[in-house]
Amino acid sequence: MTPNAWLQITLLMGTVLLLVRPVGAYMVHVYENQPVPRLGKILGPVERGIYRVCGISAHHQQNWKRYTLALLLFNLLGFMAVYLIQRWQGWLPLNPAEMPAVAPSSLAFNTAASFVTNTNWQNYAGESTMSYFTQMAALTVQNFLSAATGLTVLVALVRGLARKTTTELGSFWVDLTRSMLYILLPLSLVLAVVLVSQGVPQTLDKYITVHLVQPFHQANSTTTAPSAAITTQTIAVGPVASQEAIKELGTNGGGFFNANSAHPFENPTGLTNFLEEVAILLLPLAFCYTFGRMVGDTRQGWAVLTAMLVLLLALMIPCVMAEQAGNPLLAGYCNQRPTQLQTGGNMVGKEARFGPVNSAIFAGVATGTSTGAVNSMLDSFTPLGGLCPLWLIQLSEVAPGGVGSGLYGMLMFVLITVFIAGLMIGRTPEYLGKKIEAFEMKMASIAILVPPSLVLVGTAIACVTAAGLAGIANPGAHGFSEMLYAMTSQGNNNGSAFAGLNGNTTFYNVLGALLMLAARFWTIIPTMAIAGSLARKKIIPAGSGTLATNSPLFVFILIAIIVIVIALTFFPALTLGPIVEQLQMMAGHR
Amino acid sequence: MTQCPPQANLTGTEPAAATPVTACHPEGWLSMLRSAVVLFAIMTVLGGIIYPLVVTGIATLFFPWQAHGSLINRSGQHVLSGHQAVGSALIGQYFNKPWYFWPRPSATSPMPYNAAASGGSNTGPTNPALIANVKARIAALQAADPGSKQPVPVDLVTSSGSGLDPEESIAAAYYQIPRIARLRHIAPAKLKAMVNNHIVGRSLGVLGERTVNVLELNLALNRKYPY
Repeated sequence: MTPNAWLQITLLMGTVLLLVRPVGAYMVHVYENQPVPRLGKILGPVERGIYRVCGISAHHQQNWKRYTLALLLFNLLGFMAVYLIQRWQGWLPLNPAEMPAVAPSSLAFNTAASFVTNTNWQNYAGESTMSYFTQMAALTVQNFLSAATGLTVLVALVRGLARKTTTELGSFWVDLTRSMLYILLPLSLVLAVVLVSQGVPQTLDKYITVHLVQPFHQANSTTTAPSAAITTQTIAVGPVASQEAIKELGTNGGGFFNANSAHPFENPTGLTNFLEEVAILLLPLAFCYTFGRMVGDTRQGWAVLTAMLVLLLALMIPCVMAEQAGNPLLAGYCNQRPTQLQTGGNMVGKEARFGPVNSAIFAGVATGTSTGAVNSMLDSFTPLGGLCPLWLIQLSEVAPGGVGSGLYGMLMFVLITVFIAGLMIGRTPEYLGKKIEAFEMKMASIAILVPPSLVLVGTAIACVTAAGLAGIANPGAHGFSEMLYAMTSQGNNNGSAFAGLNGNTTFYNVLGALLMLAARFWTIIPTMAIAGSLARKKIIPAGSGTLATNSPLFVFILIAIIVIVIALTFFPALTLGPIVEQLQMMAGHR
Repeated sequence: MTQCPPQANLTGTEPAAATPVTACHPEGWLSMLRSAVVLFAIMTVLGGIIYPLVVTGIATLFFPWQAHGSLINRSGQHVLSGHQAVGSALIGQYFNKPWYFWPRPSATSPMPYNAAASGGSNTGPTNPALIANVKARIAALQAADPGSKQPVPVDLVTSSGSGLDPEESIAAAYYQIPRIARLRHIAPAKLKAMVNNHIVGRSLGVLGERTVNVLELNLALNRKYPY
């Protein structure tokens, strides 16, 4: 690790950790349904107006089944809206590039599933597929609503832990509205304006055409006909900043442009890159503090946060090292050493302004959370460098995971850990005074086993079908990594890709969509069931034999459980892909 | 809207599945559907129309140049319209004539630096195509400057993630100085000073990497030392 790498990681983590407490405390106001400081005065009337129009009471309470039904119904509407807007965009306004309907229908289906589930897997290139209206009214909206949905599930689970002997978990409608009005919209507005100031476009004008400084003839033309001179450049613009801000804050990750945050219009400077990383980590980590406050012991929140960060850094740091080390197969041809004048390292698919260090940090941040944005092309990472983001996703997106979904996923692992630790010391497992019994264990097991099963079965299907193998872009072990990555990313609602894989086929569109929907809702439903079950229980005061869940020992056991139960599940598959490729690369094989 | 009565009589000891959850019916199917549809419509207008338009308004008012794509003209000045512009300060252009600084390779299709179809090559680290591409690019650089014996900086022969990278490393610009100095009849030291004047530093002195903006450098080159 270069000194610069340590500096960049320290700056990022330091900034985020400084923000955890104030933002986390602010969110307590939002979810305890207290008046929100400052913003409450301005947005309070808006909030009350929304409830009136929707026929909702601000003090309305739902049990877990009602809450879940409301959530599923709301997400179904979102799914239909995204699908239909894509298919009808040719007739809808704000389409200066005259994009036709998104086709084939399996692509629109995949994209709808992708954005509703907070995955943002993209089998399309934004600037050549989507109209401004689709980007705004379909995709940006789901960036907000899928993040808000994650927050509602989490807050219901936390209420289940904090409340006793009740069926009331709060109201999905109220939690969603308050998440939007008081958290996601204001933060996005501020971030979007800062991004514009750095050069991220925000306009509804059509794409810009300029005359090139140096016209050229297309080189390496495969046709025999004389190639025409290229004299102009068409520059895609659009309402980019507004989408970029919520893309990061909502841990969504779906780029306005095909190149995502590698595109200079999505991420033009070192500062925007830093702010995007901060925005990605902010809400998943800050909610740990909110959680601690809501259950009456902030150390519980810090313990979970520590486990998240240890896992994140354990895979982010090797990624930085691997990318900075470069590709030994290129060592004989060009200079990859870092100096004052160049970053060196593996620069394939990376931007000069980020270099290997900030590319690898971004990859870690965006895969440790369920964001899946990229500021460099992961398919061109070194095998070890690509293994790190892959494995971070395979941890089921809990290090620190997506907005809402990360912490509720982590709390499933906490329940498993409490249960296993309870077995070891021969006591009834308890968490925060709630007895963890057979029902909770069944539901938590479903929630944590669904994503790995989807990933491994999906990869197996891709490996043995002609349609699956047809998508591969790179030969050898790397081709397997591409398929494994695609299934991992969609089966855990991440959305990043080894983008060489051609995913826009009926096979990958449909299989991927089913994986994304299952990974999202088959974990939400058992999580909500646990929330309902926990809320009904009494809170037992901690005794001398109670396992302390806010101690370093517990953090250690929690990490060990995640590694043993989940990370090692994937070890055989990783061996066939990135690990064997790393060995081949070091041995000089192409 | 009716409210659930508080449920204080539950003991919490029985298994969850056995507990009746139909104790209260705060909302029927129809009212739930109505809430969902109306709330979804409001949120779509709020997040999908009002929010982007507010950002557009603020951007146009305070940062009109950035909001419209950071366009520059031949003199390197900021302009707002494509008619007056030669490009964007943030979007690279393809240069392959030896008297210009070459940018990093671009893998966009069908032509390099296609700013309407961004993307990288996505070649894997052990893909023979990657090594072949790098060798071909090195050969092209050496053919344009046969005397050069310096090692080639890695970023000058590897394609960027966006295919639109406006920048390259300082080393990549320095590498090309002898070739351009010879063709434009400039002292290499003067050219080096010009490159140094075009170094884009780290944001706030620490964030990101130091680079050179190739389009702006070439425009300056044309103004000061016309070919």
